[in-house]
Amino acid sequence: MSGALRLPRGGRIDRNQPVRFTFDGRGYDGFVGDTLASALLSHGVHLLGRSFKYHRPRGILAAGAEEPNALVTVDRGGGRWTPNLRATQVELYEGLVAKSQNRWPSLAFDVGAVNSLVSPMLGAGFYYKTFMGPRFVKGAKLWADLFEPAIRRAAGLGEASRDPDPDHYATRFAHCEVLVVGSGPAGLAAATSAAQSGARVILCDENPVFGGSLADDNHAVIDGMAADAWAAATIEALAARPNVTLLPRTQAFGYYNHNLIGLNQRLTDHLAQPDHRAPRERLWQVRAKHVVLATGAIERPLVFPDNDRPGIMLASAGRTFLNRFGVKPGTRVVVATAHDSAYRAALDLAAAGVQIVRIVDLRESSEGALSVAAERAGLPIMRGATIVGTSGTTRVRGVRIGRVSGRHVTDLESLACDLVLMCGGWTPSVHLFSQSRGKLAYDEGSNSFLPGTPAQDQVSIGACAGTFGLAQILRDGHRAGHAVIKMAVEDRDFAVVGDDESTGAGFIGATPHDRDPTQVKAFVDFQNDVTAKDIALATREGFRSIEHIKRYTTTGMATDQGKTSNMNALGIASAELGRSVPSIGLTTFRQPYTPVTFGSFAGLSRDALFDPVRETAIHGWAAAHGARFEDVGLWKRAWFFSRAGEDMHAAVNRECQITRERAGLFDASTLGKIEVVGPDAAEFLNRLYTNSWTKLGVGKCRYGLMLNEAGFIMDDGVVGRIATDRFHVTTTTGGAPRVMAHMEDYLQTEFPDLKVWLTSTTEQWAVIAVQGPRAREMLAPLVDGLDISAETMPHMSLQVGTFQGVPMRLFRVSFTGELGFEVNVPADYGRAAWEALWAEGRKFDAVAYGTEAMHVMRAEKGYIIVGQDTDGTVTPDDAGMAWAVGKTKPDFVGKRSLGRPDLVAPNRKQIVGLMTDDPRTVLEEGAQIVGDPTPARGTHALGHVTSSYFSAVLGRSIAMAVVEGGRGRMGETLYIPMPSGSISAKIVKPVFYDLEGVRLNG
Amino acid sequence: MLLIPCPYCGPRSELEFKHAGEAHITREPQVADDQAWGEFLYTRTNPKGIIAERWRHTSGCGRFFNCLRDTVSDNILATYKSGEPRPSLETSGEPSR
Ligand SMILES: [Zn+2]
Repeated sequence: MSGALRLPRGGRIDRNQPVRFTFDGRGYDGFVGDTLASALLSHGVHLLGRSFKYHRPRGILAAGAEEPNALVTVDRGGGRWTPNLRATQVELYEGLVAKSQNRWPSLAFDVGAVNSLVSPMLGAGFYYKTFMGPRFVKGAKLWADLFEPAIRRAAGLGEASRDPDPDHYATRFAHCEVLVVGSGPAGLAAATSAAQSGARVILCDENPVFGGSLADDNHAVIDGMAADAWAAATIEALAARPNVTLLPRTQAFGYYNHNLIGLNQRLTDHLAQPDHRAPRERLWQVRAKHVVLATGAIERPLVFPDNDRPGIMLASAGRTFLNRFGVKPGTRVVVATAHDSAYRAALDLAAAGVQIVRIVDLRESSEGALSVAAERAGLPIMRGATIVGTSGTTRVRGVRIGRVSGRHVTDLESLACDLVLMCGGWTPSVHLFSQSRGKLAYDEGSNSFLPGTPAQDQVSIGACAGTFGLAQILRDGHRAGHAVIKMAVEDRDFAVVGDDESTGAGFIGATPHDRDPTQVKAFVDFQNDVTAKDIALATREGFRSIEHIKRYTTTGMATDQGKTSNMNALGIASAELGRSVPSIGLTTFRQPYTPVTFGSFAGLSRDALFDPVRETAIHGWAAAHGARFEDVGLWKRAWFFSRAGEDMHAAVNRECQITRERAGLFDASTLGKIEVVGPDAAEFLNRLYTNSWTKLGVGKCRYGLMLNEAGFIMDDGVVGRIATDRFHVTTTTGGAPRVMAHMEDYLQTEFPDLKVWLTSTTEQWAVIAVQGPRAREMLAPLVDGLDISAETMPHMSLQVGTFQGVPMRLFRVSFTGELGFEVNVPADYGRAAWEALWAEGRKFDAVAYGTEAMHVMRAEKGYIIVGQDTDGTVTPDDAGMAWAVGKTKPDFVGKRSLGRPDLVAPNRKQIVGLMTDDPRTVLEEGAQIVGDPTPARGTHALGHVTSSYFSAVLGRSIAMAVVEGGRGRMGETLYIPMPSGSISAKIVKPVFYDLEGVRLNG
Repeated sequence: MLLIPCPYCGPRSELEFKHAGEAHITREPQVADDQAWGEFLYTRTNPKGIIAERWRHTSGCGRFFNCLRDTVSDNILATYKSGEPRPSLETSGEPSR
């Protein structure tokens, strides 16, 4: 049955709903409303994990998101495996399976704990020295191969699942007038007063139930109601408002520019049997007009020797487990404090029957109401005292305490206990404020950084702003809620009775002790195993700024980002250096506040939805005819069409040969297409392309070369003049959006005087290339009587007509060097047009060819592919295309740059052809080219291979390359060094087939 | 993620825009010598403080426009149409750093 330490009543658990769960294979029970941590504590289980570096036994330090130690893996089966969850936030459900991490073979006996014995090696700067240092000394390879992997294995968190994440995740964008982060008293008051105006309000909280600290408070009375009841009534009223969205289990993890807040909402992880069709988490991107931060404060541990044993926890956590979950976290407790608020925990525990062994107060005196009450209640208090050590292995068994006398501790005494509660004071949670780029201001009186001037439309209220009295918090919250929307609502006083109003500076840094400072471990950062000694060492080694100390010691760099440790680290550095805290600085807080799953960030952008897939109208036909596809940008393009028993090489050879012998069909629909229209269309193209367009007649085409402003080739394509004021521009498949944006840029910003309209028509036209000596015969019966004879329709001309009744733009162009046409029909008719052409093609035994054959055939003719044979540093002259540059034009994009000294310098790399001495050798694309057959290391490369294929028609390999001064090296033999030896090749003109161009004009 | 006020469409999320480099870089191919042209191509001010930059509302109206943004705070101080002069910020009291 229920754990022995469970109270008979009290808390937010439902004692009528018991649930069973396992931890490390052992069965336990708890109640609905428990967290894994509270349920384990009800059974007296404190040992939950092993520490990161030293593998020290660790328990539960906190009760919420700041927990650094108690990280567990939850396994739901079927790949639903989540590591590194904070046990203090894992909600219990029937059948929960949780496991501890970073231990082998078992949690109680962990081999890795030997790290503790070699801990002198693992001190501050260990990672820094290990991973940075040995690179500069001999043996670096040994480190990289042997030591580093072993160290990384030994120091670790939980393991990730190796299976794909079977869950799915939702994404939502939202807008509101007021976003309130945190549902404690400040957040509830602010949300209520903002909601009263009718403004859209979103209230989020990381916990499953709203109310924040009110859930732990069984003393305060607000407006005549117990704190918890007041919270419940307030939440009920908020929930009834249509303008309020309540988001429990929702972590505000990131504060971004212009009041965009990232929220991670956990939807199903708390359910025993979630509907797997429902999203597991939802990522909210909320754009808020105003943000109210009511994120509260986090209690600081005290840094005394061996302060990390299981059973040593924050005082507020002890109180939360008692009041919120009805669990006694121990039976005999020593309370160590430097702040009044721990007395409340002691009083509550005492009232529940827990023995208070001693309250050890670091302060010499305290007149706070709580310490007075504790004294009256007869609790044993020792002032001006501290803990100097603890005992116990997997659970604390006792403490050693003494009186502080300057830097010494005297009158040592041992006390037996099974729980230590500690409180160094409170650190306002300014993480989100800091992420919003607001400047923090150090408040000497409270030993804390408080929000200064906000950088965005935002206000911090309550404990995160350093305000701790409940009445004041409620008043501030009420005011903030309407003030942010500039609504005139009167201030409101809440009737608060029984609030502790415990304030005080607390303590930062390491507490004094009498032990050998080089031997003890007093932990500052529990998750990264950083001790007070490590930080002191860093300061002795010369580090002055906290940014450097942090990186050297790794303090504050774990997944909890130092929520419980940053201020103590600063306090130690401040004491060691004898400088004030603000002069040492505060590290930057970064998103996310707590870790967020990758699934949540990815949302729907995974698998088939990761990127859209673009398919042409002819895709289905190609798939049905044995096409293998390749990705070109987002497009799927038919790569080659494989017949039974054919490999790629055989298929490509056949496609090339038959196209050149008879005819081939090619789906060119992916070519980018832009309709350029308007009275100044020709002038616009004059300025955007190197070529001259004024004299291009209607019904004619021209190859266009586009440069960027720096003078380098950025795109090319055939441009046809449909009418005096209308051009059909084609671009490369991958370049279409870039070219469109480039054209729009110049049209809108440089040449706004031109009357031109640009329209992307890439997806409007299906394009079928009909190539080969029989192309005209194949096409003629289908174009409704259009005269396509060589006389009427020579190379580089176009006609507008119909294709079996469908509107058609017919171009006489060729990317193969054969007689060729490109049939443009509306995309909806693309498949029908293709099938009609294919039916005609059967009469000639034509082939369908894919992109690979297209590449081979264009290379046989030396036609470049922009982006393959060019790389953004190639000018028209480098490409052997000076003929395409209209030299008499006054201006075009890139023209001025073509005259820059470097672009006319001799010995630039030029595009050439390469013929290997061995005709069977196909060079590797990208391979370097040198002049020496046996080049020494570091030999200057003259260029590289850009395109390389086996040409079936020529019966040998061919290649294109860029080579320094290439056109002046015709006939020269150069070398391509490969692992198996240098390959010799001769420089030739980049034309390998039909050098006279006879076939093209057939 | 910025909230960018497009001069044509109003405030929209940064997701809809594409950054297009510094604004007010004058293209004068006829008069620029090699040095000046090289600077036109490759030299930008990259200030810590207020920069005039170009954005395009790619997933909206498609227009290029100019924007004054503080590179320290990422606050957007003004947006205006291409071809319009850079607005004076004296009234806003924002110091140019
Ligand atoms: Zn717009």
